[in-house]
Amino acid sequence: MDKLIQDFSIGLFFWQLILFVGLVLLLKKFAWKPILGAVNEREEGIKTALASAEDAKKEMQNLNASNEQLLKDARAERDALMKDARDIKDKMIADAKEETKEITAKLIENAQASIVQEKQAALAELKKQVAELSIGIAETVIKKELASKDDQLKLVEEILKEVTLK
Amino acid sequence: MQRFLSHYYWSDMHRKITIKALTLVFLLVSIATFANDDKKSKGKETHQTEKTKEQREKEVEEYIPHHLLDSHDFSLFSYTSDEGEHVYIGFPLPVILWDDGLKVFMSSKFHHGETIAQVGDSHYKLDHGKIYKTDTAGTITYDADHHATNVKPLDFSITKNVFTVMFVALLMFLLFSRMAKAYNNNGSMPKGMGRLLEPIVLYIRDDIAKPNIGEKHYKRYMSYLLTVFFFIWIINLFGLTPLGVNVTNNIAITFCLAILTYILTTFTAKKDYWKHIFWMPGVPVPMKFILMPIELLGTIIKPFSLMIRLYANITAGHIVLMSILGMIFIAQNWLGGSLSFVLAMVLGILELLVAALQAYIFTMLSALYFGAAVEEHDHH
Repeated sequence: MDKLIQDFSIGLFFWQLILFVGLVLLLKKFAWKPILGAVNEREEGIKTALASAEDAKKEMQNLNASNEQLLKDARAERDALMKDARDIKDKMIADAKEETKEITAKLIENAQASIVQEKQAALAELKKQVAELSIGIAETVIKKELASKDDQLKLVEEILKEVTLK
Repeated sequence: MQRFLSHYYWSDMHRKITIKALTLVFLLVSIATFANDDKKSKGKETHQTEKTKEQREKEVEEYIPHHLLDSHDFSLFSYTSDEGEHVYIGFPLPVILWDDGLKVFMSSKFHHGETIAQVGDSHYKLDHGKIYKTDTAGTITYDADHHATNVKPLDFSITKNVFTVMFVALLMFLLFSRMAKAYNNNGSMPKGMGRLLEPIVLYIRDDIAKPNIGEKHYKRYMSYLLTVFFFIWIINLFGLTPLGVNVTNNIAITFCLAILTYILTTFTAKKDYWKHIFWMPGVPVPMKFILMPIELLGTIIKPFSLMIRLYANITAGHIVLMSILGMIFIAQNWLGGSLSFVLAMVLGILELLVAALQAYIFTMLSALYFGAAVEEHDHH
């Protein structure tokens, strides 16, 4: 201990103190601050880059998921549309069938009505012709009356027979 | 653009040339050193025949503490020339004394302690690395404990250690400010030396500062922790080079570092820290009175242990390494020499580890003390 105190050099202490404190201050300004700053900056950069990469990955996953959802929705919509279309087709067919049936029935009805009408018209025509025929006969009879009364009667009877038979 | 490019090119070229020039100077110096070494061994051959083993042992024994001491000139080594005079390889450093006014002169005036330096009316003499005021004849009187009783002027000289600290500070400043600039020009990425140093800086931040001080306050202490770590580490490594500098085995250096840790701890401490020292919560009142002086003493013992640990580790390492190296010169046979060499090699590797380890421990414990100072006890 005595030797230590003996060896202690105030001059050396003085210079060391000045030089070392000076060195700390100088290095702080010109070396440590820029170095640690740069290192920090780099580390922060790496950290943010990693975080953003992670975010991008997540976003990608989300996008994929939503894409899938979209696809699923589209498929469902397509199915629904197809179903609707089929329904409409079926309905249309059914409706058409119904309508056709109705129309046919109507046509048949009309046809029947016109047949009845025609029949009646024909009957009327027939009656008219029968009447004309009758008149003709009557004319002939009248013309014949001049010859014989008996013949006249016979003729009428015959014609009448004929007509009744008809 | 062209101008910018050419400017960049020129500054780059300039830098490269500077580095090349420095390398060249180093090479030349080492060649000169080797050349001197040759002379030295030739000179020694004649002397060694005269020296006995005891004399060599004594020489080594004297050399070790001498090496551990600070000195007023930067001498790489010395040798005795053929004519029997001491030749020193190195350069002198300025001596700054405060003795009735400022006295500045070069240490070459002492001629390595062989002559008396006269400045104005005052005379100074170097004795065991310390400067004493003497009379014109340069007499130094000793007391019973063999301590010089002469007046010691206040010595603020740029000694070898101060010079080394300045050099390391400059080196660190250039190294780290350039590293910081590289980040700006390179998009927050390290470049060159930065790639080697960044993991260490991050280690100090993530494994020393953050866990010990806490996420909230650690930023305030980072500058000190980083500087103290690299300073101790680099200066310890310089101590292991053959330059013969040895800074961290000076108690003044470790005392200075420890007192800075103490000051930082004390002046940044929160209320909780003082409360735990003066009025420990959660213990009975009589215990509080007993704990108070113990805790108060603890605040001083902590930095004191920092100071002694660093000093003792480096000093011990150097003494053991020097002793083993010295054994090569004492043994002077192939067995002892090679054994010492292997031992010194292994120990050298261990000392490399210790250099980093002591820097780590100092930083770690400083962080721990800072952590205690700013700790917030939410659980009370």
